[in-house]
Amino acid sequence: MHAIQIVLICFAVFAASRVLLRYRRGGMTGLNLFLWLLFWTGVVVVGVQPDTTSWLATRLGVGRGVDIAMYLSILMLFYLLFRSFTKIEDLDRQLTRVVRANALREMEEDLAAEAAKKRP
Amino acid sequence: MPQRIIVIPAYNEERTIADVVRGAVKFADRVIVVDDGSRDESGKLAKDAGAVVVRHAVNRGVGAALGTGIEAAIRLGADSVVTMDADGQHLAEDAGKVFERLAQGDVEFVIGSRLKKGDQPGNMPVHRVIFNTIGNILTFFLFGVWVTDSQSGLRGLSRKAAHTIELRTNGMESLSEFLKEMKDKHWRMDEVPIKAIYTDYSMSKGQNFFVGVKVAIKLIFRRFIG
Repeated sequence: MHAIQIVLICFAVFAASRVLLRYRRGGMTGLNLFLWLLFWTGVVVVGVQPDTTSWLATRLGVGRGVDIAMYLSILMLFYLLFRSFTKIEDLDRQLTRVVRANALREMEEDLAAEAAKKRP
Repeated sequence: MPQRIIVIPAYNEERTIADVVRGAVKFADRVIVVDDGSRDESGKLAKDAGAVVVRHAVNRGVGAALGTGIEAAIRLGADSVVTMDADGQHLAEDAGKVFERLAQGDVEFVIGSRLKKGDQPGNMPVHRVIFNTIGNILTFFLFGVWVTDSQSGLRGLSRKAAHTIELRTNGMESLSEFLKEMKDKHWRMDEVPIKAIYTDYSMSKGQNFFVGVKVAIKLIFRRFIG
């Protein structure tokens, strides 16, 4: 076994443990747990038995096993990037809504206080 | 008596805000300044100059500030709303002209255009004209509306427009979003020529090239995905 395989397996096990931890704390849905565990299990399988990528590569018509791993990783990175981008946009919009609601409430309170002061 | 309200979004504009407000109160029943999380005295100065101040706890961008200002104007019973920049580049008289145009009742949306030829000579610096033209072309391709000044901060909304507008973006790209709303909601529009005052101060505050590119990318993204 090469060093890179050991690094890969250790990292995947570590990542999977983080996923489990987050799930137990209630920060993750069941579906997300399943998908992430599937992914990291896949990484462990590839770490233990690198030939699986070659098998998959020939199935999909890609030259080498390493290539297919690269393609899939990049695809996944792009997807996650897109997901976090839209998530940030959502949060941005929600934050604006909170800030706005607060600002308008304060304005109305201020105006009411001023009106009360003017009244004899 | 119809309520005319001017909305001014302000972020760290203590150098100009008091004068802008003092000018604006002459042409409106009320002036609302949205202090967009300024770290200077903008809010206090605006209040002392006679504005109603709405304060964002944290900076949210000009689009968000305009949204808040328009909502505040509605709550205060506005019949027409004119938005204006806080950096002193707009003349209060021009806000008055936009109100007059809205008062004729045949349009829901009025743009104070710095590039429409009127009785005043256009005085926009050349590189601004170029950026603006790019902004106009992009606005045309993305939203299908052609205007002479898509990036103008001086614009007027009728009661109906103010009640129905939905601004989803927070930053500078909201300038074009007004036009998207206009098209989606079939508001009738007219442009009124205005004069912009370019000082070193207002020039340093406006859109630079990189902000422009960022805005363009965001607009394209939002048009096709968001």
